[in-house]
Amino acid sequence: MHARTDTAASWPEEIFSILQRFEVRQVPYVPDAGHSELIERVLGSSSMRGIALTTEEEGVALLAGAWAGGQRGVLLMQSSGVGNCINMLSLVQIFRLPFLTLVTMRGEWGEFNPWQVPMGSNTQGILELAGIKVLRASRPDEVREVVEAGAAQAYNACTPTAVLLSQRLIGAKVFTK
Amino acid sequence: MSKANLLDRRAVVSELLRDRKGAFAVGGLGASTYDIAAAGDHDRNFYLWGGMGGAVMIGLGLALAQPTLPVVVITGDGEMLMGMGSLATVALQQPKNLSIIVLDNEAYGETGGQTSHTGGPADLVGVAKACGIGDSRAISTMAEVEAFASSLQDVTAGPRFASAKIDGANLERVLSSRDGTYIVNRIRGSIGHTPI
Repeated sequence: MHARTDTAASWPEEIFSILQRFEVRQVPYVPDAGHSELIERVLGSSSMRGIALTTEEEGVALLAGAWAGGQRGVLLMQSSGVGNCINMLSLVQIFRLPFLTLVTMRGEWGEFNPWQVPMGSNTQGILELAGIKVLRASRPDEVREVVEAGAAQAYNACTPTAVLLSQRLIGAKVFTK
Repeated sequence: MSKANLLDRRAVVSELLRDRKGAFAVGGLGASTYDIAAAGDHDRNFYLWGGMGGAVMIGLGLALAQPTLPVVVITGDGEMLMGMGSLATVALQQPKNLSIIVLDNEAYGETGGQTSHTGGPADLVGVAKACGIGDSRAISTMAEVEAFASSLQDVTAGPRFASAKIDGANLERVLSSRDGTYIVNRIRGSIGHTPI
């Protein structure tokens, strides 16, 4: 089991570059430790706007408005947040949105907290039932190509896509007293 | 159901959009979408038939993408109650061109008129203000509606929030398009975006 570590984690930087290249402008998020480095990059960026949400479904609706206004976005959330989005994901099909979400996984690969497991175990199935294609990256060296493929099919082909970033990639959260 | 001194919802929306210029209008699912349709179809009308609780966030995404154009979200109390957190999200972003108005009949009109929380102690103006939307007001006269309609054209002083207590009578439905892709692509077309 990996411990969470910030060292040698260049994949968030690679994701940031991909988002820049695809001219992503709005980045709604509910914070997750696995997304912390990317969120910091977004908040420090002049071309992207990080938008803190109170619940993940807000991000789905925000991206619908952004698309209507001519901007691309990406929703950053944790696996538990996918459950909060279910009805709002209707908008993705109804508007044929170029929807992209990057989901950091909990409830798998050495999880300590059982409360994360029910949603983490069903994240992929729920997204697929909602009509969203699911890709997954589990190793640092595959993040770039998986996120790039996800962004390309979402933005170029209006194919709604979720990229799951495995807990194996991020490292299981260590709970200490 | 009808009480004296309550505003007529169609008159309110018609006044809000009478001299809209380039404004986008986002309607919450249900009666507010019919009200916007009744005021006249427009290529910048963002009609919602679902996604309950999402109207304000759609308005925010649009407002951030098009900061020089006014965006007005016109929704109902039930829809607003479901997305109350989005008022905190809006306040954090402070979009200067976004206005939100709730047509508050204190009931879920579309499902049989069950009493909503605003018919009880919930105060949406208080919620908006407490979330950090400084310009939050209750509206009870057509003169106040007119003032709100002209203020929403000012894209330097938002966000602003208003709640208007309206007559609860169910009016004839005026049905807008229900084709989401058409609605969104028409809005995109109106600001010069071509289909993919």
